[in-house]
Amino acid sequence: MIQLNVNGKTQDVDADPDTPLLWVLRDELQLTGTKYGCGVGQCGACTVLLDGRPIHSCRVRLSAVGNGKITTIEGIQGAAAQAVTAAWRKLDVVQCGYCQSGQIVAATDLLTRKAQPTDSDIDEAMAGNICRCGTYQRIRAAIHEASAIMAGRASEKQEV
Amino acid sequence: MNKPLNPSRRNLLKAGAAGALLVGFQFSVARGRAYAAQAAATASSVSANAFVRIGADDSVTVLAKHLEMGQGVYTGLATILAEELDADWETVRVEAAPANVKLYNNLAFGPMQGTGGSTAMANSWMQLRQAGATARALLVSAAANDWGVPAGEISVKAGVVRHAGSGRSARFGELVATASKLETPTAVKLKDPKDFSLIGKQYLPRKDSTDKTNGRAMFTHDVNLPGMLTAVVARAPRFGARLKTVDDAAARKVKGVVDVVTIPAGVAVLARGFWAAKKGRDALKLDWDDSEAMDQGSTELVSEYRALLDQPGVIASNTGDADAALKDAARVIKTDYYFPYLAHAAMEPLNCVIRLDKDGAEVWNAEQMHTVDQGAVAAVLGLTPDKVRINTLYAGGSFGRRANPVADFVVECASIVKAIAGRAPVKTLWTREDDMRRGYYRPLFLHRIEAGLDAQGQLVAWKQRIVGQSIAAGTPFEGFIVKNGVDGTSVEGAANQPYQVANQFVDLHSPRKKVPVLWWRSVGHTHTGFAVETMIDQLAAAAGKDPVAYRMGLLAKHPRHAGVLQLAAEKAGWNKPLAPGKAGEKRGRGVAVVESFHSFAAEVAEVTVREDGSFKVDRVVCAIDCGIAINPDVIRAQMEGGISFALSAAMYGSITLEAGAVEQSNFHDYPTLRIDEMPQVEVHIVPSGEAPTGVGEPGVPPLAPAVANAIAAATGKRLNDLPLRLA
Repeated sequence: MIQLNVNGKTQDVDADPDTPLLWVLRDELQLTGTKYGCGVGQCGACTVLLDGRPIHSCRVRLSAVGNGKITTIEGIQGAAAQAVTAAWRKLDVVQCGYCQSGQIVAATDLLTRKAQPTDSDIDEAMAGNICRCGTYQRIRAAIHEASAIMAGRASEKQEV
Repeated sequence: MNKPLNPSRRNLLKAGAAGALLVGFQFSVARGRAYAAQAAATASSVSANAFVRIGADDSVTVLAKHLEMGQGVYTGLATILAEELDADWETVRVEAAPANVKLYNNLAFGPMQGTGGSTAMANSWMQLRQAGATARALLVSAAANDWGVPAGEISVKAGVVRHAGSGRSARFGELVATASKLETPTAVKLKDPKDFSLIGKQYLPRKDSTDKTNGRAMFTHDVNLPGMLTAVVARAPRFGARLKTVDDAAARKVKGVVDVVTIPAGVAVLARGFWAAKKGRDALKLDWDDSEAMDQGSTELVSEYRALLDQPGVIASNTGDADAALKDAARVIKTDYYFPYLAHAAMEPLNCVIRLDKDGAEVWNAEQMHTVDQGAVAAVLGLTPDKVRINTLYAGGSFGRRANPVADFVVECASIVKAIAGRAPVKTLWTREDDMRRGYYRPLFLHRIEAGLDAQGQLVAWKQRIVGQSIAAGTPFEGFIVKNGVDGTSVEGAANQPYQVANQFVDLHSPRKKVPVLWWRSVGHTHTGFAVETMIDQLAAAAGKDPVAYRMGLLAKHPRHAGVLQLAAEKAGWNKPLAPGKAGEKRGRGVAVVESFHSFAAEVAEVTVREDGSFKVDRVVCAIDCGIAINPDVIRAQMEGGISFALSAAMYGSITLEAGAVEQSNFHDYPTLRIDEMPQVEVHIVPSGEAPTGVGEPGVPPLAPAVANAIAAATGKRLNDLPLRLA
């Protein structure tokens, strides 16, 4: 048994220490919001936070996590996360949705570090997350929107 | 922690709550009565027909016969139905319909339940308007009944039924009990389009946004059944190879591995969880017999195809006398084109879940062709198709890959279930490498176009030869896709190219190869659109004409082509000069217009070519005519996405073979577009009263030719091989 701190809870997991964190989250803890896309750290679908920093959970072995605090899409909290989620829904960013957990975690990290990112900050922070549906333009707009929400100056609510 | 829903339990609950009051259009009134009687017992919901269920809690559940794979179809289908029902959009939910070809046939394919060819909105338009109107009429009858007032005096708006005279009103849910005892009206009046309030609304929130932003959306990837085993399969490195020997001793020793079975596709390792299954798969020692396998590399294939460009093929279209006209032409422009194999590379690699039980088999899959897969699973497991129940989940993309006439990945899962005699539910998971290396691909194509101009620069002859594998040949779809030796998907957009020319000839070679091929978002238009639209650009240049004006002159009989072309050009500022680039950079603007799947799209691309020959697409202005725009924001999203998807292929997409084996394996050697390369995209929708047509695919075809034309404008260099490379 290995102890793992996920989304604020410490849990025992029965998995080989060489198992990538991704598969521990998905197959052992049933936290299926985090997705497998490539297994080699190329696509970002498996992005989670480890001690508040984004990692590719497909590339981190269970044995390497130690006492680190893991945050997945299911447990992500705080002003940046709320603003990102709200902006994503407001602009209807998603298409197939498969990559979006990773996108949202990466965007939340960016806004936590930098509340008013420029386009090139966004490109740098988000270039590790592939979206085959091509929602990139809306991701960029939604990050700016989330930044505005955090600053208390969100754009007019769209006609609904 | 959010426990994932156990899908089978969810379905049990669903069936219980539904009261099973399904009255399909094809059902007789008598059958409708029987269902009504059954529902009256529960009255927790009422279904006026197979597409909508109204709950006592005011919920309106739309049953979607089409797969939601990102294209926004759940939102689109719900919009049509909710419009005629006058439902409150907030209370509308969408649920995947079960497999039932009688109720949920795709009217554009039929008889077959499935999603593809950008047909979802087109074939559902009248069906769901009728379904919504019928449900509305049922609620109106119920209110008339309860209140003792004439139905004709009752109005409905945003989920509330009202009678002005008596001042009475009721939410939908309050009418469910009475409605469930009434017969569903058959003759209903549809709205005048000028009264639409949801259809055409600029921003109507997507129905899948919430679950896709909190990790709760269920994909096949996420299904977890009690006792389920995960299977990872070792497949032959070369297409068509046969398994000779299996040494699974090391695989069976991997902790967590439960079984190893041989199936037609290869050898499956079953384990509790993916990681053990993959470790087991990697520990297999397998020998393959390659004697009948694909042994050519891409270089050999291309040489073989090039030789075919000089040989007459099967005629796909022929008007006038193209050969004679070419001989008499003042000037002939001849160009050869190359299009590589392409992988779909959806973000969700292939997967499938199947469980055998006493009633038959239950499938969990992002189901794109219910009828085909149902039959295929039944055949493997020795069942009748009606004993195969399908639960359709969201697809993490597909782009055509999940709609396979031979049901490859579904059959594979069923074969594993069969091999273990149904002892456990099985989830197959393909790794990214499996997904990329085992097909099915957009076929490799070569084209040759010879175009003739007369002394005045008028187009007088068009001769086009196409070489590439048929997608339909050898599949159950061959009969209705291949006509007179021509696979319609190989020549669409070429055999019927829109530009006015008196002498046109298109022929086709369809060499048989063991490389598995399939439709890939916009299918034949991925290559025909490029060849036609870059050739037209060359002809415009040869005639000394502006590319937009030249096209307009040849599109007199195609007003919808001309309409989008003009709109895109105008919005892009076509007649104004492009801002120059930085020192050493060259900038250019290019245009293309393509009709596909009965929709019309024109795109203007602005490109910057850097000193080192690399390029960036800065901006794309798109005009789309897809008839009545049901959800303008979904249409914009599909154009943005189609442009991104097409730009990935234009810049990078290439699957190559070496001695019969695929060389690429993952996103490092099959790169896709990333956010820093995404152009600014502007979408303009042509106002239209025509019946709606598709938007999932039509944004793709014009992009690559528009970019190639822009590169030519910037550099003078014509790129005719994909992906586009200057350096």
